[in-house]
Amino acid sequence: MSLDMPPKIAPQAEARRQMEICNACRYCEGFCAVFPAMTRQKAFADGDLTHLANLCHNCRGCYYACQYTEPHEFALNIPAALAEVRADSWERLARPRALARLFQTHGTAMAALAVVALAFFFWALAALRPAEGAGFYAHLAHNTMIAIFIPAFLAPLALIALSLRDYWHEVGGGRIRLSHLFQALHAAARMKNLSGGHGEGCNFEDADRFSDRRRQFHHLMMYGFLLCFASTASGTVMHYAFAWEAPYPLWSPPKLLGIPGGLMMVAGAAGLAWLKTKADPALGAARVWGGEMAFILLLGSVALTGLALYAATGTGLVGPLLAIHLATVLVLFLLMPFSKMVHGFYRLAALVAEAGKPAPAGGGE
Amino acid sequence: MTRWPEVFDLAVVGGGNAALCAAITAAEAGAKVLILEGAPLAYRGGNSRHTRNFRCMHRGPMFPLTGAYEEEEYFNDLLLVTKGKTDEHLARMVIRASEECLPWMQSHGVRFQPSLSGTLSLSRTNAFFLGGGKALVNAYYRTAADLGIAIAYEAQVIHVHRDGDRITHLETEIAGQPTTVRARAFVLASGGFQADLDWLARAWGPAARNFLIRGTPYNRGVVLRDMLDQGAESVGDPTQCHAVAIDGRAPKYDGGIVTRLDCVPFSIVVNRDGDRFYDEGEDVWPKRYAIWGRLVAAQPDQVGYAIIDHKSIDLFMPSVFPPVKADTIEGLATQMGLDPTALRRTVDGFNAACQPGPFHPTELDGLRTQGLNVPKTNWARPIDTAPFYGYQLRPGVTFTYLGLKVDTRAQVHAAEGPIRNLWAAGEIMAGSILGQGYLAGFGMTIGTVFGRIAGQEAAAHVA
Ligand SMILES: Cc1cc2nc3c(=O)[nH]c(=O)nc-3n(C[C@H](O)[C@H](O)[C@H](O)COP(=O)(O)OP(=O)(O)OC[C@H]3O[C@@H](n4cnc5c(N)ncnc54)[C@H](O)[C@@H]3O)c2cc1C
Ligand code: SF4
Ligand code: SF4
Repeated sequence: MSLDMPPKIAPQAEARRQMEICNACRYCEGFCAVFPAMTRQKAFADGDLTHLANLCHNCRGCYYACQYTEPHEFALNIPAALAEVRADSWERLARPRALARLFQTHGTAMAALAVVALAFFFWALAALRPAEGAGFYAHLAHNTMIAIFIPAFLAPLALIALSLRDYWHEVGGGRIRLSHLFQALHAAARMKNLSGGHGEGCNFEDADRFSDRRRQFHHLMMYGFLLCFASTASGTVMHYAFAWEAPYPLWSPPKLLGIPGGLMMVAGAAGLAWLKTKADPALGAARVWGGEMAFILLLGSVALTGLALYAATGTGLVGPLLAIHLATVLVLFLLMPFSKMVHGFYRLAALVAEAGKPAPAGGGE
Repeated sequence: MTRWPEVFDLAVVGGGNAALCAAITAAEAGAKVLILEGAPLAYRGGNSRHTRNFRCMHRGPMFPLTGAYEEEEYFNDLLLVTKGKTDEHLARMVIRASEECLPWMQSHGVRFQPSLSGTLSLSRTNAFFLGGGKALVNAYYRTAADLGIAIAYEAQVIHVHRDGDRITHLETEIAGQPTTVRARAFVLASGGFQADLDWLARAWGPAARNFLIRGTPYNRGVVLRDMLDQGAESVGDPTQCHAVAIDGRAPKYDGGIVTRLDCVPFSIVVNRDGDRFYDEGEDVWPKRYAIWGRLVAAQPDQVGYAIIDHKSIDLFMPSVFPPVKADTIEGLATQMGLDPTALRRTVDGFNAACQPGPFHPTELDGLRTQGLNVPKTNWARPIDTAPFYGYQLRPGVTFTYLGLKVDTRAQVHAAEGPIRNLWAAGEIMAGSILGQGYLAGFGMTIGTVFGRIAGQEAAAHVA
């Protein structure tokens, strides 16, 4: 599903209108970092809104708690207003922008890219089949893989770095201190804000009932992803530092990290996709729903095909499964700057920026 | 007229805080309960959905409350605002019971947060709801659903049928369909009557038609009127309501908390004719906001205009609508529909009367005017630095006092004695304790305490 309606007015204008109402109300102050940060100013520049939007994780607590949601004439919908600004900021700051607009909005575009990548790897497997090598290196030489994946990984990261620099400028981020980084990482590691300010989680899949499922599935996904990443990294170290080449046995770092990581990612992706079908699309950025869903499924397929590849060791399926797996990984890497994947970078940047800003005044009478 | 097929143990009229506390308490005691909420689902919860905190007695720090707030101090605060118009016995009972409300609310899904920024002065006395009153109402509706309580929305109660010392049934309109609802016990928790402008106009005079109603349009006092017509005993001043000065551009109904304005102490306030009429700096705003509704209501056309300059614009909580802004006093007057010469004269006179001295926005600084008929006794700084800003003020009604008289068991009485199966809770009976004035957070306390008592009594009656 992709809802292709362009927002009627600039997302910043709508978010500004709503934030000014919240700033006169403040009932939601305890839910998350957005509302305390909001109290710093009376007027919101575009950069302030970008900052607030990237502090919001769309838990929807402030929607169901709001006495001014439609049909009230103030028509508040903070989760959607901030989601629009957020999606807009990722698109605007991406380069090239058109790619971000395409892939954020259209899940089908992501699928099409996957098909192209798949075709490429089937071709590569057929055309570049090495003379020797064990395991999947019998199908595609290690050096060939490195030659494809190192640039496919680093170039998108470089693009993201450029975007983050612009982001930092736009939100007026100050000099970064170690303590800011530490605070931000701490908040992210525990997904503190996903607890909803009361430890009961989000209002996501069942209207105003609180549930920790979203946090749990996101935890599975994030830590699973980090484990898989560590697995790949450990493989690289073993390959170059110890000349110990794949395939690795079960009792080796790449497998001990990769198998649980993969399983966690699959479970996380299934859970997040399921929650997404339950949640009300009108409380998010409806136009990027399709892209977000495709991204979750992509992460799930990366993990699933990786696990399948391991399970197929020694069978005739290794070749085709390798092509499929590498295709999903390639798409994931290439789309880092243009898909929901960037949210991790921006969110961390927002937390660091917030840690560096003066503490909200806390008012005073 | 159709009949609701089931006969309930208890029918609760209303769907705000008091109604929900009564319904939940009775259902937990085993009663089969129906809630009749006059509003549609999106607007459920009456004025309770606009609240932010309740006032709670406590002997020591207790999240989210700091320090201690004991019975005597609480009661004295109440005496101060009501000028003695309270029933000491009932009041002390509510105050004492407020302490155990906090854990009860938490165990029924309500979550709290530290005192909001800008309200530090309340962090000891008032416990703030995380997400505000609508989050509280949602939590209670979830609890009610889990307990199997039946809930009807758009269910307007028109008539409470009394037969001697008993209520036999309710005449209602449910989604426009006339329906008879039968039950063995009844709790009335349908709030005040502030949304009925005709009623306000009869009590207050035609000026009341210019008042704004800060809360729900569904509290029209239909059930209160019906009970009074049937000889139920009443309490509270029928000619008064609690009004504060709010932004004149607020919607007629349901503008809620955001329409309040905190600029008065740093401004001069003039009426339609451009004249000042009251000391804007008499005391700190939390102690004075409650009288300004009345002050503005007494001015021609029930309107006032707060004028500030650039020096003061950042000294108070942001307003929901941006102020009118101009580079000159005359320009501001024109934009606000005031006579430029008149406003100029008032500002010049005020500026000339200001004295030098240190200015402290957060405390009584004694910076006062000299020689004015209407002095400003604190924070009096000349209005002389462009740009100038203006807010229109109108009275916004929060609360009505006239209600049903109840005893300590929340039972409603007629002249002949108690009505055996009828109880009342919340604003519909609050006049028993809050005869005049208003103590921040006390409305929700009264509703929670009496809602729970009414629920208990009703459940015991049908058990
Ligand atoms: C803007 C604002 C802010 C406030 N803030 C606070 C605060 O922070 N703390 C505090 O203690 N107090 C506050 N108050 C006062 C507080 O709202 C009331 O004291 C309290 O909500 C009363 O609760 P209740 O349950 O009696 O009535 P309500 O919550 O008003 O509920 C009345 C219910 O009855 C229903 N109803 C009405 N007529 C009928 C009918 N004929 N048939 C069926 N149903 C009917 C209504 O739809 C509604 O659901 C505030 C008031 C306003 C307007
Ligand atoms: S979302 Fe609604 S309740 Fe929450 S702070 Fe904003 S206006 Fe207030
Ligand atoms: S949706 Fe959740 S995270 Fe976003 S502003 Fe509202 S309460 Fe905060």
